Amino acid sequence: MTIDHHAPSPPAGPVPWDKDFALKLLDDMVRIRRMEEKSAELYGAGKIRGFLHLYIGEEAVGVGALHALRPEDNVVATYREHGHALVRGLSMASIMAEMFGKQEGCARGHGGSMHLFDAATRLYGGNAIVGGGLPLATGLALAAKLQNEARITACFFGDGAVAEGAFHESLNLAALWKLPVLFCCENNLFGMGTSIERAESQTDLVAKAASYNLPALSCDGMDIVAVHETMQQAVVQAKNGPVFIEFRTYRFRAHSMFDAELYRDKAEVEEWKSRGPIHTFSARLKAEGKLTEEEFLALDAAAMKEVEAAVAFAEDGTWEPVADLLKDVLTPEGVTS
Amino acid sequence: MTRKLSYREAMREAMHEALTNDSRVFLMGEDVGRYGGTYAFSKGFLEEFGPERIRDTPLSELGFVGAGIGASLGGLRPIVEVMTVNFSLLALDQIVNSAALLRHMSGGQFSVPLVIRMCTGAGRQLAAQHSHSLEGWYAHIPGIKVLAPATIEDARGMLAPALADPDPVVIFEHCGLFNTEGELPDKWDVDISSAKVRREGKHVAFVTYGGSLPKALAAAETLAADGIEAEVLDLRVLRPLDTVAIAAAVAKCHRVVVVDENWKSGGLAAEVVARIMEHAFYELDAPVARVCAEEVPIPYAKHMEDAALPQPGKIVAAVKEMLG
Repeated sequence: MTIDHHAPSPPAGPVPWDKDFALKLLDDMVRIRRMEEKSAELYGAGKIRGFLHLYIGEEAVGVGALHALRPEDNVVATYREHGHALVRGLSMASIMAEMFGKQEGCARGHGGSMHLFDAATRLYGGNAIVGGGLPLATGLALAAKLQNEARITACFFGDGAVAEGAFHESLNLAALWKLPVLFCCENNLFGMGTSIERAESQTDLVAKAASYNLPALSCDGMDIVAVHETMQQAVVQAKNGPVFIEFRTYRFRAHSMFDAELYRDKAEVEEWKSRGPIHTFSARLKAEGKLTEEEFLALDAAAMKEVEAAVAFAEDGTWEPVADLLKDVLTPEGVTS
Repeated sequence: MTRKLSYREAMREAMHEALTNDSRVFLMGEDVGRYGGTYAFSKGFLEEFGPERIRDTPLSELGFVGAGIGASLGGLRPIVEVMTVNFSLLALDQIVNSAALLRHMSGGQFSVPLVIRMCTGAGRQLAAQHSHSLEGWYAHIPGIKVLAPATIEDARGMLAPALADPDPVVIFEHCGLFNTEGELPDKWDVDISSAKVRREGKHVAFVTYGGSLPKALAAAETLAADGIEAEVLDLRVLRPLDTVAIAAAVAKCHRVVVVDENWKSGGLAAEVVARIMEHAFYELDAPVARVCAEEVPIPYAKHMEDAALPQPGKIVAAVKEMLG
């Protein structure tokens, strides 16, 4: 089955938000972008090791979607989750320290880039098995339902996960049991280097998800307004059962830092970049008089400053003592979970 | 005071007690509800506790084991029943990549207080795909605890401490034990950290667990008639292994036969032998022997299945050879 690889038309129409909210979301996208750019640089410098998957190009999805959640909601993410962690409320410093492998990191340096966790903001990873987060999210939603808690669980995953059995089993269970879970599919058209039409017999992911008898929505993931409004609608619906949302987006950078990008056209990448979520949104805000160039530059400068401070924090961080090697394998006696 | 109970009844009572005492506990798995449990362990539970807590699942081992992990993260205490170890292979990713790793990967922020129960083992002519013994695989994984209750007392008593444990616990119940009966004392002394001597002896020690325990005890009985007194150590806890108890048995008897239904290559018995080398080598008067499953898929025909598995006769023969 073929699929259109072209970028959508640039988002248009009025931004239905007041200036403060609009600038908050713009600010979060810029913070992610600057953090990710710096991360790539630090990877080259050998400060960040292992695998590093950047969210550049996809910022509107994480920012728009997560701002529709409440603090009591749960979030399950993938190995491309730096942005989600940041928007969820983790400090950039704790994320950067984690990527440096320092014990001041949000997971004590145990996981690095792919495994960001935070109990305070209910971020349950950072799961680096494709599709691995969906059953977890289903179970978190089951716990909420059985305990009569109002929280919903948002689970982010890529289009690659749709081919995994975990996707199908989780959607089925969640729909069967009417669980409050949002299955947020960040469809960037590629599972690593394999484009979706080479991986899926049915590339219409909404049709696929809808076959599990749950509401399935799709929106332009490059348009933060569309993302946020779709997610808000889904959050309301999720109280009665699971909702699947496809965010049509694009990864501007390589899959990881070891990717020569032999599998896609440069022209395609450039086309999507020209519809980048940050500059299209800021252009709309400027046109509406909700943003000046000075304001944008100030916001960008603040993000750069935050990045520098985060890097300094990570540099100053300390290494976990080797004596603690086995400490977190099992829960220490006396600690209740 | 004691009373007579079957393994099945003991397990059923243990689950009933857990469901009664703690509203966070729920049972989830294939046919645990309306069917009454594949092995009738949860018969009547659906009527008593309702469909929310006695949760029938579709055939989705990966999905519902993962959902159990998520539910435990969300504050519940799930008992996830996987019909057999054979089907647990479909859920292995969630057990190994999530349940066992989350505590560590999250820097100690998230524990996974989950109990996964499954039937294991061969001996009922169910052929190769329904006869696996893969306890050794699970015991290989840091981050989970692995139990193998083989007595009525352990079947009755191990679930409560497993549910109280903040980390994932996998319980292997050997299918050959379900109808065995025994005396259960009013008060039992069960923990999930130590091995237990089931028969005192001095000439040779059998180190075993699960479905092989009755076979080792039968072999000990046979040998006793010849004046050979075999000690039988039931490991009970396969991870973490009770190395102290293993070393003590070696120090007492100086000869050891490890009896294990796992295949010999890379199985749990191999680990037991390695521990003996590390901790009790100079106590040995003879090389350690192993009686394990033969290296073959478990056959269907009765005589061939019997030949593939540890049997009392094979254990006796191993001892006779060892003693010359």
